[in-house]
Amino acid sequence: MSLMPSLDLFLQPEIFLVWTSALKTFVILGVVLTMVAYSVWAERKVSAFIQDRIGPNRVGWAGLIQPVADGVKLLLKENFVPGGVNKFFFSIAPSLAMIPSILVLAVLPFGSSLFGVPMVIANLDIGVLWVFAVSSLGVYGIVLAGWASNSKYPFLGGIRSSSQMISYELSLGLSVVPVFMITGTLNLGEIVQYQVDNGWMVFPAWFQTGAGLRDMTTESGSMFGLDLGKTLLWIPMMISFVVFIIAMFAETNRIPFDLPEAEQELVGGYHTEYSSMRFALFFLGEYAAMIAGSGVIVTLFLGGWSLPFVPDGSQGWFWGLVNIGTFFAKIAAIIFFFLWVRWTLPRFRFDQLMKLGWYVFFEVALINIFLTAGILAYLQS
Amino acid sequence: MATIVQRPQLSLLERSYFPAILGGLWITIKHFIKTLFGQTKVTMQYPEQKWDSALPEWYRGAPTLVKDEHDRERCVACQLCEFICPPRAITIKPAEFPSNGPWAKVEKYPEKFDIDMIRCIYCGLCEEVCPEQAIFLRKDYSITGLTRAEMVHDKEKLYELGGVRHGLVNKWNEKK
Ligand code: SF4
Ligand code: SF4
Repeated sequence: MSLMPSLDLFLQPEIFLVWTSALKTFVILGVVLTMVAYSVWAERKVSAFIQDRIGPNRVGWAGLIQPVADGVKLLLKENFVPGGVNKFFFSIAPSLAMIPSILVLAVLPFGSSLFGVPMVIANLDIGVLWVFAVSSLGVYGIVLAGWASNSKYPFLGGIRSSSQMISYELSLGLSVVPVFMITGTLNLGEIVQYQVDNGWMVFPAWFQTGAGLRDMTTESGSMFGLDLGKTLLWIPMMISFVVFIIAMFAETNRIPFDLPEAEQELVGGYHTEYSSMRFALFFLGEYAAMIAGSGVIVTLFLGGWSLPFVPDGSQGWFWGLVNIGTFFAKIAAIIFFFLWVRWTLPRFRFDQLMKLGWYVFFEVALINIFLTAGILAYLQS
Repeated sequence: MATIVQRPQLSLLERSYFPAILGGLWITIKHFIKTLFGQTKVTMQYPEQKWDSALPEWYRGAPTLVKDEHDRERCVACQLCEFICPPRAITIKPAEFPSNGPWAKVEKYPEKFDIDMIRCIYCGLCEEVCPEQAIFLRKDYSITGLTRAEMVHDKEKLYELGGVRHGLVNKWNEKK
């Protein structure tokens, strides 16, 4: 009997919100940090397999405990601060590089719902704006690291990074505008729900309920149907997807756009002067950014947690878990794609990179918006 | 004379990078899948798998001392190897056979024979110079230790590594 009052307290709306959010935050943080560790492992394994090697296989079965060994190694190393650095900025830069990518996770809907609790930490109506605003802060970490190191290579890395971010942020932002034009919302959860109803942005032929385009077409399609509106909208969606994913490569400093760190030219770029745990933070921040970026790609274009013919969490906790698993499996697939590209392509030259950003992707993304607008206007008329 | 290198004329499609990128991705995924399913095997798992069977007869590994077929040591402590060793890896302390004993004619034997494996450069000069064919370079190449002292092979260790070698040795022959 004494249990009841305390249970009631936990079920009061405000308190319920607080402890479920805290729980979700901790679980997601745990899952994502584990994923970060294992994407480093995957990076080494994939690179090895692509180059006909074996990769880490000593620590644990197939090297699965390798991330722990790496972490311990980095922790035990001497944390060396070179003379002549700006101590304050030098020490906060690694955290500044790591934090934004983690913050992005707050708005990503990583599942439908579990026991009626929506599986998103913060259900913001401006979800996508939050993602862009926060993720572009990541450049501060890199620029400050380059500047505070008081050394030429990190400095060059920092400069490259800032100019690269500025040129690709534009196409990144513009390429998702068509998505909002079609869905009519900035809330990531609603964007996923739209894709559940109408098929994924990049595979509109798969949809579950056959409701047709919201507000735009009156007749409802069949299970596998592709009506005129969807086929037409598929074109700008594919363009958006390609531009967005390429811009994401540039945002997360992955090859072929890893100019800020370019080992061969800049001796590691902005983190040349860092060692031990500070270096590890940059390293982890980069992978966390990759995971967050993949999460955004999955949410916006690949249907988030949805799979065709799989019900959402309102049908029972089992399906809620399946949805969460689906989301992380999709992220893993995108990460594999990132790794695959990294071990295939050489690095772009800096002028090629800028040209590509300003002359090609910016225009393509801009034209794509007008194209989408035209198609939507045609469909509504 | 200046040579003008003609730049290849790329079509619009080629200049868009896409065919080359897709081609590259196709090549790497083929390698990935082949290695994943164990069709490509190029890396040897070193400490477990070794190339030992493929080592040639003349391989110059660690220098060792050998005994003859009667389990007697061949070395006469002439110290030639000690003198010729370029990095001065060998240290010998000779001792004398008692002059009234049965082996007085042999005169000397090594009381101490150390080879510092941190210094040895595996040149094989000791083997070449030895008049009694007592020192041979064997196939052991992975000589490891945790301390410097551990890396110095003493007489016992050298005989253990060297083993027995048959062949003509005169020093224990009373007639010669
Ligand atoms: S192999 Fe060369 S370096 Fe090594 S002990 Fe013999 S003579 Fe000295
Ligand atoms: S090993 Fe050979 S060269 Fe060296 S001391 Fe003995 S007999 Fe002389």
